[in-house]
Amino acid sequence: MRFHYDTSYLEGLRLIRYRQDWILWGLLLALLILAPAFLPRFFIGEVTYLFILCLASLGLMVLTGYTGQVSLGHAAFVAIGAYAHAWFLSQGAPWVLSVLGATGLSALVGLVIGLPAIRVSGLYLAMVTLAFSIVVEQVAGRWKSVTGGHNGMPVPDLVIFGLSLGGLKPFYYLSLALLVLVVLGLANLMRSRTGRAFIGVRDSEAAAHALGIQVAGTKVLAFVVSAAVTGLSGALLAHHVQFLSPEAFSMLLSLELVLMVVIGGLGSLRGAVLGALLIGMLPTLISRVKPLLPDHIAKQMGLEIFMFGLVLALFVLYEPRGLNGRWLKFRAFLETFPLYRRDTFRRGKTYMKSERYR
Amino acid sequence: MDAALAQLLQLIANGIAIGAIYALVALGLVLTYKATEVLNFAHGDVLMASAFVGWALIAGAGWPFWLAIPVVLVFAATLGWVIDRELLRRIAGQPQFAGVMLTIAIAFMIRGAVSMVFGPDSRRFEVPFQGRTQFGPLVINDLNLVILGVALLITVSLFWFLGRTRLGLAIQASSQNQLAAYLNGIRVKALSSLVWALSGAISAVCGLLLAPVALVDIGLWVVVLKALAALVLGGFGSVPGAILGGVLIGVIEQLAGVYLPDGSKDVAAYLVLIGVLVVWPRGLLGEAHGRRV
Repeated sequence: MRFHYDTSYLEGLRLIRYRQDWILWGLLLALLILAPAFLPRFFIGEVTYLFILCLASLGLMVLTGYTGQVSLGHAAFVAIGAYAHAWFLSQGAPWVLSVLGATGLSALVGLVIGLPAIRVSGLYLAMVTLAFSIVVEQVAGRWKSVTGGHNGMPVPDLVIFGLSLGGLKPFYYLSLALLVLVVLGLANLMRSRTGRAFIGVRDSEAAAHALGIQVAGTKVLAFVVSAAVTGLSGALLAHHVQFLSPEAFSMLLSLELVLMVVIGGLGSLRGAVLGALLIGMLPTLISRVKPLLPDHIAKQMGLEIFMFGLVLALFVLYEPRGLNGRWLKFRAFLETFPLYRRDTFRRGKTYMKSERYR
Repeated sequence: MDAALAQLLQLIANGIAIGAIYALVALGLVLTYKATEVLNFAHGDVLMASAFVGWALIAGAGWPFWLAIPVVLVFAATLGWVIDRELLRRIAGQPQFAGVMLTIAIAFMIRGAVSMVFGPDSRRFEVPFQGRTQFGPLVINDLNLVILGVALLITVSLFWFLGRTRLGLAIQASSQNQLAAYLNGIRVKALSSLVWALSGAISAVCGLLLAPVALVDIGLWVVVLKALAALVLGGFGSVPGAILGGVLIGVIEQLAGVYLPDGSKDVAAYLVLIGVLVVWPRGLLGEAHGRRV
């Protein structure tokens, strides 16, 4: 365990606390910048896809991890971002405006849905968002004049200021840049007054209200920020897949996003990124393992979804704090090496507690 | 009687039949929700798995329909019992969200396992109720009558069981206050597993009834989403509300399919869900919501 000995208020507010963290983050960034030089082409595309998933997962983390509002329908905002971006581009809007428009539209829909939806909380909000995402998927399939329906919709090439960035490497750097921007922005937001209000609302609405936090406003704001970031990821995803069809934004994507934030560890940006990496790479890993399995199992479609379920179940049962919690334990183990005690992180015994009247 | 009215009545009759299935699924959901406060997202997948097991016994192994039914019921009940006893009990006391995530995980695992064992094709099996009966201007499939009858039978016997028997009263007591029930000598853990088994068996009935209407398919689990809409419309956590909501959702879907623009049949249930939760979260027969600090 690392204990903080702050000598001033501002010290507690710093974005990165320790010099070695600066070095580690710098090394990671340098590695990511240099990676396309030695990665095979296939993996550049894969890593770009992981960046986009990280963005979507970060968006959901703001809402579910920090504000405690569970959304089982965030694929709807990915879909809105993707379709809006593709439509704006096809109408001849410049790329930057189009991305801003898609993000803004997604945020606006987030506001329109968030305002009434936030009246309900917990399980009910989960159901409203789930239903909303199903409705959006159906609308995308039916509104042929804009979305092309089930025939799909091609996404125009990526051109910024007359510069074609459609290639693998330029798109990789573009996604990386946006991801870094969003991570920095969210990390800053979370240590600001607004971010602390988010966490306050998550931990206790009554206490937050008593401290003068506008509970309803804070929830709606979290919904809007979350929808905007997820919409941005949708706009990038449109370029990655290059052809939009409603099936890509089904309930499975919503649930995958929830899996990412839960497996990553609720309430941490690092968790959102780690979860997105694990869930994003799982299908590839499974396809690598498949040849080793008996033929009649390997050929079936169900293995992937079974593994998703198994991984999620194991995390919920044995590591509710997710990959981030695992990482914190590992770091504590290294830092206190010969003196590490397992009980530092032991969970207290819990009893059944009714949430029926919340 | 003119044709428009006859069509309307026919639609309502069909809607009530399909709604009876929704009501039964919603009933299974509400039972486990009241007993353990877990909204069981795996309910639809237990249903789907039982339909597949039913297919394997009837069409695969050539068993007679009536012999296959009890076996499928026992299979689904065991599945529900194991899910509660081995998995959900471990997360008792954690936030409600943990239960949602765990049942989603179980749902994925069941779906994956069924798809690995049976493959992605849709199938069908023969049921003994093939004819149709004429009621004045209405033509009603015998199957729909059977569905309605079974749904009524289950509902009535469940009400009798919960309200009149010692065991049922114990279940009600432990769903109202687990600690108080435990202190009165009720075996809360065993009872909650029993409720899960019961809910599993009900979902197996739904699976077997739904299989001839829809096909035996991996996508059969979607019915759980319709049941959620039914629960919300009827008032969350209310048993009569679940029945009423299910029937209403069935009727609304049928009417929307004919009288509203193309495609609204698929989204009608979800729009109702959103609308009711936003405007009138209590639902038709729900308990009043209080906020405790």
